[in-house]
Amino acid sequence: MNTNHIITGAEAILLALLKEKTDTVFGYPGGAIMPIYDKLFNRRHQLKHILVRHEQGAAHAAQAYAQVTGKTGVCFATSGPGATNLITGITNANLDSIPVVFITAQVASAFLGTDAFQETDMISLSMPVTKWNFQVTSADEIPDAIAKAFYFANTGRPGPVLLDITKDAQIGQTTFNYKRIKSIRSYNPHPALNDADTKKALSMISASKKPILFAGHGVLLAKATRQLEAFINKTGMPVAVTLLGKSAIDEDSPYYTGMLGMHGNYGPNVLTNEADLIIAAGMRFDDRVTGNLEKYATKAQIIHVDIDKAELNKNVKAHLPICADIKDFLEKMTPMISYKTDEAWLQKFHELNHIEKEKVIDRECSPHEGKIRAGEIVQLLSEKTRGNAIIVTDVGQNQMMGARYYHYKIPNSLITSGGLGTMGFGLPAAMGAQVGQPNRTVVLLSGDGGFQMTMQELGTIFQYNLPVKMIILNNNFLGMVRQWQQLFNDKRYAETQMPTPDFPMLAKAFGIESKLVEERTQLDTAINNMLHHQGPYLLEIKIEKEANVFPMIYPGKAVDEIVLEDAVL
Amino acid sequence: MKETYTIIAFSENHIGLLNRITIIFTRRHINIESLTVSSTEMKGIHRFTIVVVESEEQIIKVAKQIEKLTEVLFADWYLNDQIVYREIALYKIPIESAIQKNLEQVLREFNAHVVDVQKDFVIIENTGHIDDTEKLYEILEPYGIMQFVRSGMISVSKNRKELSAYLKELPINEYVKE
Repeated sequence: MNTNHIITGAEAILLALLKEKTDTVFGYPGGAIMPIYDKLFNRRHQLKHILVRHEQGAAHAAQAYAQVTGKTGVCFATSGPGATNLITGITNANLDSIPVVFITAQVASAFLGTDAFQETDMISLSMPVTKWNFQVTSADEIPDAIAKAFYFANTGRPGPVLLDITKDAQIGQTTFNYKRIKSIRSYNPHPALNDADTKKALSMISASKKPILFAGHGVLLAKATRQLEAFINKTGMPVAVTLLGKSAIDEDSPYYTGMLGMHGNYGPNVLTNEADLIIAAGMRFDDRVTGNLEKYATKAQIIHVDIDKAELNKNVKAHLPICADIKDFLEKMTPMISYKTDEAWLQKFHELNHIEKEKVIDRECSPHEGKIRAGEIVQLLSEKTRGNAIIVTDVGQNQMMGARYYHYKIPNSLITSGGLGTMGFGLPAAMGAQVGQPNRTVVLLSGDGGFQMTMQELGTIFQYNLPVKMIILNNNFLGMVRQWQQLFNDKRYAETQMPTPDFPMLAKAFGIESKLVEERTQLDTAINNMLHHQGPYLLEIKIEKEANVFPMIYPGKAVDEIVLEDAVL
Repeated sequence: MKETYTIIAFSENHIGLLNRITIIFTRRHINIESLTVSSTEMKGIHRFTIVVVESEEQIIKVAKQIEKLTEVLFADWYLNDQIVYREIALYKIPIESAIQKNLEQVLREFNAHVVDVQKDFVIIENTGHIDDTEKLYEILEPYGIMQFVRSGMISVSKNRKELSAYLKELPINEYVKE
C-alpha cells in the first residue's frame, strides 16, 4: 500500500480498514454511502462484503463475527434509516462488550441540521449505546478517526464505536498516512494490577473455607481461559459461570459447577449464600445473576476483579475491588497460591446438582412420552457434535435451553444476546459466526417468535451458501413470556400465541434444505441429516407447547430460594 | 442521605462530550442543579463543574461513569466543605428606584458592584454562594428587578491533587511505530 499519495476519503476508509487487518465487512448500501461502495467495488478481493437483508442483521452478524474470531467486527450502513436500523445491534454489542466499528454515512456537511433527505443525527442517537463515536466532516480526519475507532473498540473493556462520515468527507481528497494508536491520555485500557491487592486477595483466599469463583464474559474477552484453568486446577476451587461466561471453562472440568442466575444450576445458586468467599472474575453482578440483592451472598467476602472500574461496587459491594485485566490477575495469582479447596465443599455443589438432575434435567432431556422437549434436542445435539459446535441462540426459552443443555468445551462457543436480550439476534448472529468460522459447525437454536423477527436473513444465508444449521424450536408461543404468564398472571396468555408459517417451505423458497419433525422417533435421524448436510439447513421441530424452563429464581427472590419446579403446576 | 455534591471533571475539548456527560445524569433521573464548562490552564482541556443533590453512593457511581468516558481525563466529587465555590449573579434594576432607595448600604453589605449605569437602569454584580445570590435578590426585589441571571457554580477543590499532577500520571498521546 503506497502511502502519502492523494486519494479520496472513501478510499482512505478502505485503506485504513485494511491497515487494521479487516477482511470482512457486513453492510448494506444506500445513497449517502455510495462513494464508499464505489471504492469497495475495486477492492472486493481484499475486503469481503456480506450483503445482509436488513441493517440490524449486519450489526448482529458483525458482533458474532467478532466473538468467534477475536477480531473487531466492521459494519457499513447508509445515513438515515440505514443507520437507525443499526441501533438495536449497537446496543446489543454495547451491553455485551463486543468490539465492532460501525461506519454510517451522513449527508454532506453543508446539509447537516437542515432535515436533508435521509439525514439523522446519528451521533446523538448512538451516544448512550456506544463506547465512543465521532462525526467525520473532512477527508483529512479519516485515518485518525478510524485508528481511534479500532483502538477504543478493542482495548480495555471492549465495545462498539460509531463513525458517522459525511458524503463530502467521502468524496474529498486527502493524503493517506495511517498511524495506529498506541495510547491516548484520557483513556487507560490496561489498569496496573498492584501487589497490595494480590497480597490481600491471597490472604482472603487462605482465610476462606468455602470459596467459589464466578467466571464472567470478561474471562473470554481477556482471552484468559487457560489462565483460569491453571488457577482452578491448582486450587481445586469450584467455578460457576454467568450466561456470557459459558465456555470460559471446559464443562468436563471436575471443578465446573454450572451456571449462575435465574435459570442457572441449583448448586451454584444455592451455595452462593453458603460461600464465605466469592472471586468475581470479569463479571458484573447483573440482576439476572443476583436475584434479590438484599439477600445475596450473605456470608461471603467478595473479591471483584474487573477491567471496568465503574462495575466495581456498582451492584454488589466488594470487600476487595480490583480494577485490572483478569488475565493479569490470574497469571499473577496462580504461581503464588498454595491454597487447596476442601473436597467436601466442592462435593456439595455436585450433590445439589444431582438433585437438579433428577428433578429437572432427566425429565427435560430424557422424557419417554409426550411431545418433544427442547432440552432433549439440545442434549442430542451436544452429543452428536461432541461439544465442538458453535451454538448461537435467540432469546427466551430456546436461549436458556441452549445454555443449560449444551456441553461447552471450547472458548467462545456460545453466542447469545445477554445484556439486552434481543429477540431476532439468533439468525443474523449465526450467519456472522459462520462467516467468521467457515469450517466449524454453527448451529442456531431459535424459537418461532425470534426467528420471525429477522428471518429475511435467510436471503443472505442463501446468497453466500453459509452452511448454518438452523433449528427452530416451535411451540407456537412466545415461550418465556408465556411461562411468566402461567406462573404470575394466572395463565392469561395475552398476545403470546402465534401461528407460524410453514418454515420448511419458507426455507425452500430460499433454496435451503429443510425438514419438519413432530415425532420423537424422527429426531435422531433428523439431527444427523442436518449435521451431515453440506450447505445451510433448516430443521423445524414441534415441541411441547407449554413447557417451562426450570430451575428458576422468581423475581424478587434470593438466589437460594431458587425453585426446581413450580408447586402449583 | 441526599446532599449537595460538586463533581469536577476534566476532559478533552471535543464536540459532543457535554452531551455524553449530561446523559449519564438523565439516564439515572438525576437533576443537574448547576453546570459550567470552561477551558483550563492547560490548552485543549476543559473543566466541568456539576452540582447535584444526591446520595454519596449514587454520586460515586456517576463520577465513575463520567471518568469511564474515553475522552474524560478524570472525575472527582466533593462536598461543599471540601471546595471553595462561587457563582456570579447580575441584577438589572430601574434607575429611578436605584436613586430613590438606599442602594449604597446594600452594595456595601454584600460587597456587590455596580458594573454599568445607563439612563434607564443600573446593573449590579455580586459574587458569592447560592444563599448570597438569593438573599440579595430578595432585597432587590422591591426595586423592581428587570433582569436577573446567575452563572452557575465554579469551584476549586481544597485538598486534592492538581490537574498538572494528574496529567503527569496519565499516558501520552502516541502512535504505534511501524
